Amino acid sequence: MRHIISILLENEPGALSRVVGLFAQRGYNIETLTVAPTEDNTLSRLTMTTHGDDRKIEQITKQLNKLIEVVKLVDLSEGAHIERELMLIKVKAVGAQRAEIKRTADIFRGQIVDVSPSVYTIQLTGASDKLEAFIEAIGPGCVLETVRTGVSGIARGEKILSL
Amino acid sequence: MELLSGGEMLVRALHEAGVEYIYGYPGGSLLHVYDALYKQSAVKHVLVRHEQAAAHMADGYARATGKPGVVMVTSGPGATNTVTGIATAFTDSIPMVVISGQVMSHLVGDDAFQETDMLGVSRPIVKHSFSVTRPEDIPELVAKAFYIASTGRPGPVVIDIPKDMTMPNERYEYVYPKKVKMRSYTPPQRGHSGQIKKAVELLLKAKRPVVYSGGGVIIDGSSDKLRALVDRLNFPCTNTLMGLGAYPGTGERFVGMLGMHGAYEANMTMHHADVILAIGARFDDRVTNATNKFCPDAKIVHIDIDPSSISKTIIADVPIVGPVGNVLDEMMALLDESDETPDSEALTAWWKQINEWRQRHAMRYEKNDNGLMKPQEVIEAMWEATRGDAYITSDVGQHQMFAAQYYKFDKPNRWINSGGLGTMGFGFPAAMGVKMNFPDEMVVCVTGEGSIQMNIQELSTCLQYGIPVKILCLNNGSLGMVRQWQDMNYEGRHSSSYMESLPDFIKLVEAYGHVGIRVTERDQLPQALEDTFGKYNDRLVFLDVAVDEHEHVYPMQVPAGSMRDMWLSKTERT
Repeated sequence: MRHIISILLENEPGALSRVVGLFAQRGYNIETLTVAPTEDNTLSRLTMTTHGDDRKIEQITKQLNKLIEVVKLVDLSEGAHIERELMLIKVKAVGAQRAEIKRTADIFRGQIVDVSPSVYTIQLTGASDKLEAFIEAIGPGCVLETVRTGVSGIARGEKILSL
Repeated sequence: MELLSGGEMLVRALHEAGVEYIYGYPGGSLLHVYDALYKQSAVKHVLVRHEQAAAHMADGYARATGKPGVVMVTSGPGATNTVTGIATAFTDSIPMVVISGQVMSHLVGDDAFQETDMLGVSRPIVKHSFSVTRPEDIPELVAKAFYIASTGRPGPVVIDIPKDMTMPNERYEYVYPKKVKMRSYTPPQRGHSGQIKKAVELLLKAKRPVVYSGGGVIIDGSSDKLRALVDRLNFPCTNTLMGLGAYPGTGERFVGMLGMHGAYEANMTMHHADVILAIGARFDDRVTNATNKFCPDAKIVHIDIDPSSISKTIIADVPIVGPVGNVLDEMMALLDESDETPDSEALTAWWKQINEWRQRHAMRYEKNDNGLMKPQEVIEAMWEATRGDAYITSDVGQHQMFAAQYYKFDKPNRWINSGGLGTMGFGFPAAMGVKMNFPDEMVVCVTGEGSIQMNIQELSTCLQYGIPVKILCLNNGSLGMVRQWQDMNYEGRHSSSYMESLPDFIKLVEAYGHVGIRVTERDQLPQALEDTFGKYNDRLVFLDVAVDEHEHVYPMQVPAGSMRDMWLSKTERT
């Protein structure tokens, strides 16, 4: 099962490499990884998605918690949560295709952020499966390049991840 | 306000952290620090001959005393040479602080002379690591390093110090923190009461219980509490390789070491148990054999300070995260309060069964009438000669297993071996670390002619500092454990397990100024041992004892089998 693990990490040099190193060292797999500073400049927020059965995920969270720089950790997939990913995608757009791609982008609430005579660059946000559905919808043959930020997530309601 | 240079701060902070000995080797990036060391006498430096040995010495010291061992090495090769020693300590949860020099900050990343990314190299084998970026941080980082290394599940911590952090003419205010507090590191202080209560209820209902205790009991200094609990409950107790001595090896409720080369009765007791109380042990693959066949009837209570050790390989029914000693105290208190007592009728039947297994005398060997001694009888003779009261370190291989099986450890912290990583070359420097801190105790390194050559250069260090350890070399002229596996699984093809061109160890140790005694016949052994611990008591003695190279270590669990599937000799299987 897919899990979204969200971590508050000491904003110190080398902290990220410990998290990434742990995954390599113990044979866990990272699907997406995002990391950025928070409103508290001593902390970074790191979100990663990974796959595994309950036992594996339990080991992953325990091992992550053992890292000295991991201050707090939550498996967002255990409760209601919001997940978002941003994708910039360049697609071939010529002739009649241009209108069709524009319509599809609108349906997915994407924005065309750059235009050239033969290429649209579209910005799209949503859960990962929405981004994949968009690629499917416009047809993978049109896609020239994609770049995705990886998943960010936050719990719904009152629940917060803070010190 | 006191102003000190970075190098002086480091030495002062180490002193304040309680350090008496540093094991190390100087080099370019650490010269300012070594100069600061020279100008004081509170912290003593022991110059090894290879940095790997420095780490093992610090490790031996830590295992015997329970305090963190300290290593100091220069950048580049000095640092990388400690990697095996750090990994050894990491795998066995041994507290250690390693100070590595680094090139000047402005050169870092430029592939400078003797530059290695030590934090990167050591990352997977440390509990934590620091790099110094401001000299004035040094005291605080040292305090944090010792705090992290020695609390919770202990482990090695590296502090990497660029040379420009230690400049003698740049002085800063020295403040050593009175207390260390870290928001992101809070080791558990006590176990969950509800879980402990559940565990005690399960123990009181058990019909066929066993206590399986590991290195965590020794690290936590809780052997007395373990003994009290086992005796109170009248349960059988088995110790892991790392846990030997936690429950006395000659104790009546001790069923022996368990695992791959464990005692027949220990493995049988485990396999047939209905409740296993695991204390400070981690269900290592050398203990469990095939996990899907592991102890089919057992409910498992698992006490460990490291939550990631629980339900990692074997699922615990009652997990308890906490320090062993605290949890055992609470268990005893609950037993005191409880009206219930263990099921004595069931226990009587259980002990009857265990005693039947004991009657099989599976831990045995046949002496040769003519010909070489068996390694087991040498260990037994040494146990007699030291009255079972020596600190025994070992290297890795058959001799390690024979020592674990045949030297009955009655006290904790006396058996010092690389259990998890299996590091050849560990035993001799570890023995040195022990002996320097317990000069009046007998300290013996049990080794083989293979392992001893992996750190034999330390004979020179022993001469310099007068460290009279005893080396008992079970010399079978081959890499015994490799050879055993080749005999059992590769039709006796001894690929690279035969040691041709062995040195004359007697001449070798004499060249280093020590005493060497060769023993080839059984009747020479008593005198040799008497001289070793008598007339040569204050000398390093190398006992080179010729033993039968055909001997195998038994019992040995059958690969991919359950706990009870064992070879008991070359021809006998359970």
